[in-house]
Amino acid sequence: HEQRGESDDQSWRTPMKDLKMEEESSGVEKLEPGTTFPPTFSVSEIKNKQRRHQMFMKLKQEKRKQKMQLKKKRRKEREALGDKAPPKEVPKTIENQRVFDETTVDPEDEEIAFDEGTDEFSAYFNGLTNPKVLITTSDRPRGRVVKFCEQLATVIPNAHVYYRRGLALKRIIPQCIARDFTYLIVINQDRQTPNGLVLCHLPDGPTAHFKVSSVRLQKELKRRGKAPTEHSPEVILNNFSTRLGHTIGRLFAALFPQNPQFVGRQVATFHNQRDFIFFRFHRYIFKNEKKVGIQELGPRFTLKLRSLQKGTFDSKYGEFEWVLKRHEMDACRRKFQL
Amino acid sequence: MQHDDVIWDIIGNKQFCSFKVKTKSQNFCRNEYSITGVCNRSSCPLANSQYATIREEKGQCFLYMKEIERAAFPARMWEKVKLSKNYEKALEQIDENLIYWPRFLRHKCKQRFTKITQYLIRMRKLVLKRQRKLVPLSRKVESREKRKEEKALIAAQLDNAIEKELLERLKQGTYGDIYNFPVYAFDKALEQQDAESESDAEEEEEEDDEVMGGSFYKSLCLMIEKVFYSERVFPFVQDVGQREFVAEDEVEESDLSDFEDMNKLKTSSDEEEQDESSEEEEEEEVQASRSKGKSPANGSLVRKKRAYVEIEYEQETESASRRRTT
Repeated sequence: HEQRGESDDQSWRTPMKDLKMEEESSGVEKLEPGTTFPPTFSVSEIKNKQRRHQMFMKLKQEKRKQKMQLKKKRRKEREALGDKAPPKEVPKTIENQRVFDETTVDPEDEEIAFDEGTDEFSAYFNGLTNPKVLITTSDRPRGRVVKFCEQLATVIPNAHVYYRRGLALKRIIPQCIARDFTYLIVINQDRQTPNGLVLCHLPDGPTAHFKVSSVRLQKELKRRGKAPTEHSPEVILNNFSTRLGHTIGRLFAALFPQNPQFVGRQVATFHNQRDFIFFRFHRYIFKNEKKVGIQELGPRFTLKLRSLQKGTFDSKYGEFEWVLKRHEMDACRRKFQL
Repeated sequence: MQHDDVIWDIIGNKQFCSFKVKTKSQNFCRNEYSITGVCNRSSCPLANSQYATIREEKGQCFLYMKEIERAAFPARMWEKVKLSKNYEKALEQIDENLIYWPRFLRHKCKQRFTKITQYLIRMRKLVLKRQRKLVPLSRKVESREKRKEEKALIAAQLDNAIEKELLERLKQGTYGDIYNFPVYAFDKALEQQDAESESDAEEEEEEDDEVMGGSFYKSLCLMIEKVFYSERVFPFVQDVGQREFVAEDEVEESDLSDFEDMNKLKTSSDEEEQDESSEEEEEEEVQASRSKGKSPANGSLVRKKRAYVEIEYEQETESASRRRTT
């Protein structure tokens, strides 16, 4: 009788406190072999949604409390040790955890230096050719694309904008080569905003196809300066580390004239972060030797490389050096191509 | 027995025809054998026991004919004739097959055939022109990429990176003498002095202490002098004690040309700076700029004129005070 009464009490009463303790213990302790624990509930086994939610919240609070206590303890220890404290741990970032890419360029690699001395851009980097850029759109540009083209033309010195009018690219290219153009930029659009960019280096150069996103025209920038002047800007290329990145970096560098006019104090930046290339155009001023102020002029946009093709634009028969294959390349979060 | 009029009476106006499409102004016929698409007494394939059409399959045109003798055999009702690809020959074929047929059907067949050949020609031309390929965007992928881009933007810290890079370039002297911030020139000169003192120490090992002491003393003197004159922007030691009076006019005319000259001077060294240069190149450049700065001809001229510009204010007050005294 008494036993049954007790068992009844245990099974039927289930007061709040008991349940809570059992769940905490189930969250915190591990079952050791050989010892018998009373049957524990885990939070997920409660059928009632509200109760389950409450229990879960309590569990979370407990965990957070423990974490804060641990942190405080560590901080006190660190302060107590003072100088002898172990160095602060570096948090893991995606850049830290990046999978090592075997095509990363070593600055002293002779093979790469030789390649770069003899590739399509060598003429530019040896100072033989001056960049001359032709900017055009797809058929019937509308809205922001036109403005974007115009602003790009102000940013890139020696750039000309021409309307497409339904001409085939394969016919435009020989004409451009005949007129000494070194670059062809085609901006594709989707619903009146630019969403694609084809950058073609003209005398037999590689063709890169990018996806364009987050375009901000000059009007839409906050705190922007006056219009960019005619001076040739400097170029900053950040984080292009692999072979492919190097090629793309040189592609961008060859857009601008070799000798920047420092009087103009303008700088165009192509910053690669996790395979996204951010383009910014600033005017800088050195306030003193340790401080520089920058003011953004000009459009800003983000590029993501979709494909790189050897030779001028030929999507059917061209030889593709690199194509973005989503399933292979986007599968790993820590693997980047550029 | 085929009673065309009765059939037309029924389906044409009074009762239902499943091929008829009614619109506000006109009725159309959806029958595949209809020669014009309009619902008319003369162009209804059901209400005419003698009928002809042109139909096109995969670029080939066929002439279909229906005769009253075969009205009882629905499987064999339509007679199909393949027309030649040559336009004129095909027209002759139509004429030949539809000889003695009502004028209306002959005319309409030829018209239809003409239209069909025209659109086939246009299709063939379009294939040769640029073809637009529509690529579908996957919504999930797009939103994923957008999010990744935002995170990458935050991780990039663009403003900091750009500022850092610009300061690096200033340090390494890519801008040459455009900006004269005394600390860097001072550092450079110090480094030069240290290099000299080290080389001296290596060469003359006998008189170690004295030489080192002497060079250190020299560098100390330099430091003091530079701190004293830093406001007046005299970074180079050679011109410290000397005073020269330069006329106003000269400076203003040639000031700009001097800057241009400086730019030209720097350009040859800057070509290499444009690439992601290795450290070796940068060091060479720094040395080059140092060597350029060392030469008194360019450096001192520029220095004096710059200094003059800064002292302009003082001179004006002086002249004013002179006038007062005189």
